[in-house]
Amino acid sequence: MDVNEIRQDFWVLANSSLAYLDNAASSLKPKPVIDMINHYYRDLGVNIHRGVYRLSYEATDLYEKARQKVADFINCKFEEVVFTRGASSALNLVASSLGMNEIKAGDEIITSELEHHSSMLPWQNVARIKKAKLVYVPLNEEKKITVENFKKVLSDKTKIVALNYVSNAMGYITPIKEIINLAHEKGAIVIVDAAQAVPHQSVDVKALDCDFLAFSGHKMCGPTGIGVLYGKYEFLQSMEPIEFGGDMIDYVGLQEVTYKDAPYKFETGTPLIAGAIGLGGAIDYLLNIGFDFIVKQEEELRTYLLKEMKKLSDITIYNPTTETGIIAFNINGVHPHDAASVFDEDDVAIRAGHHCAQPLMHCLNQIATIRASLYFYNNKADIDKLIKAIKKAKSFFAQFM
Amino acid sequence: MSYGNLETLYRQVIMDHYKNPRNKGLKSGEDYYQVHLKNPTCGDDLTLQIKVKNNYITEVHHDGSGCSISMSAASVMSETIMGLKIEDAKKIIDNYLHMVKGEAYDAEIDMGDAIVYQGVSQFPARFKCATIAWNALDKVLEKHKVPDEK
Repeated sequence: MDVNEIRQDFWVLANSSLAYLDNAASSLKPKPVIDMINHYYRDLGVNIHRGVYRLSYEATDLYEKARQKVADFINCKFEEVVFTRGASSALNLVASSLGMNEIKAGDEIITSELEHHSSMLPWQNVARIKKAKLVYVPLNEEKKITVENFKKVLSDKTKIVALNYVSNAMGYITPIKEIINLAHEKGAIVIVDAAQAVPHQSVDVKALDCDFLAFSGHKMCGPTGIGVLYGKYEFLQSMEPIEFGGDMIDYVGLQEVTYKDAPYKFETGTPLIAGAIGLGGAIDYLLNIGFDFIVKQEEELRTYLLKEMKKLSDITIYNPTTETGIIAFNINGVHPHDAASVFDEDDVAIRAGHHCAQPLMHCLNQIATIRASLYFYNNKADIDKLIKAIKKAKSFFAQFM
Repeated sequence: MSYGNLETLYRQVIMDHYKNPRNKGLKSGEDYYQVHLKNPTCGDDLTLQIKVKNNYITEVHHDGSGCSISMSAASVMSETIMGLKIEDAKKIIDNYLHMVKGEAYDAEIDMGDAIVYQGVSQFPARFKCATIAWNALDKVLEKHKVPDEK
């Protein structure tokens, strides 16, 4: 695989000098994915599941084939894939349905300060309403979740464990497999926020034995507005739907209703058909690139970026032991938003802010950080542009010190 | 080294107000009107206090945290509106907002040092930073209209 060839698939990379280093927020979208979305809107454009005419059949077929692609991709059954608006709505679905119906006063829910708001807030809400206790895994000195610290908070009262697979703000990989095993010994249900994992590494839900896992299409070369909730079928079947209406029903009477089986009982209304088809295209695209290449490319670039950053003075790196392509840092004495404006002037796109992880910012004692996040289509020139921009920001603001 | 557009955004006077903010720190007392504004996406956080006598702004205090643009703008604003009649302060708010958005504004209205934020119009991503203090002022003047809601 040649990165320069890959870059030709992405309009922005092929046609501008932008160093795009905000991949943890959203990845760019390659031509084959855009073509598939266009194919649906241009050549089909009709609803699924209901029509008996040929176009509707074709649209339904593509939509359901996308579900099968997702199932094969994460190694689960077809009917264990629920299409959602994204990882956030997938995680909210579990909390709103299973959480609101099963959690009782005094039950304990484990989460962490390393979570994206979408992973912890749905459970904070359940805990508040159900009078359950929200318990945080103590982070270690590097702000990592460790198995040892997880054991400290796991108890017979633990009913739910809601943790990230890869931290969106720090890039750490959670030892999720061991945590899942330990949680299951206590009979707890584990929900994995894999939004930052699935785009970057091969994920096998059966090998992990997680009960639920969520991810978004737009961080893995797919469209926005589509995501996936994986759930073990027995859980999905026993859960109440949270939205009611068309397409999710079996029989409707005046006072009673029966629902379709999972996953359909969670997919009311006309779904994002083009989005699901586009996500299927993104999976094909990533598999063609191959996770061996993706992991290797991100690792090489991360090593290079950290090496170059460590040569600079007045830079604080918050996660020098990051295990993925996410690097969090600040330029000492410069507010991250001021630095980001300098980067923007130099065509370097990075994220400055709290990264939807305010509890972690409190832990770091920072209002915000600068986050550079890599993907397989980045190259050394992108890193060089970032380093140059950091130097420029340093010297520019040094004038005023 | 030439910094291009950045020089128009980060003027010396802006960075001076950032490093040495005027009127920073809040007062206690019941005769202050106060508002607290946040920009949750970037973490800018600002509290503004004013005292009004006979329709004139007699005291301005601010406190908070954020980037150089948002914090300096609060300091510059506090100096610009001190001693002004409320209706004149409102005219400046309006004019300032037009200016930083890159819209037509009245160059005849004396905005003091606030004029240096003209460069923000070339950085639309920083518009929110440059306006949080002025939006706070707008809100606090609204409160003044309703004396019960100090």
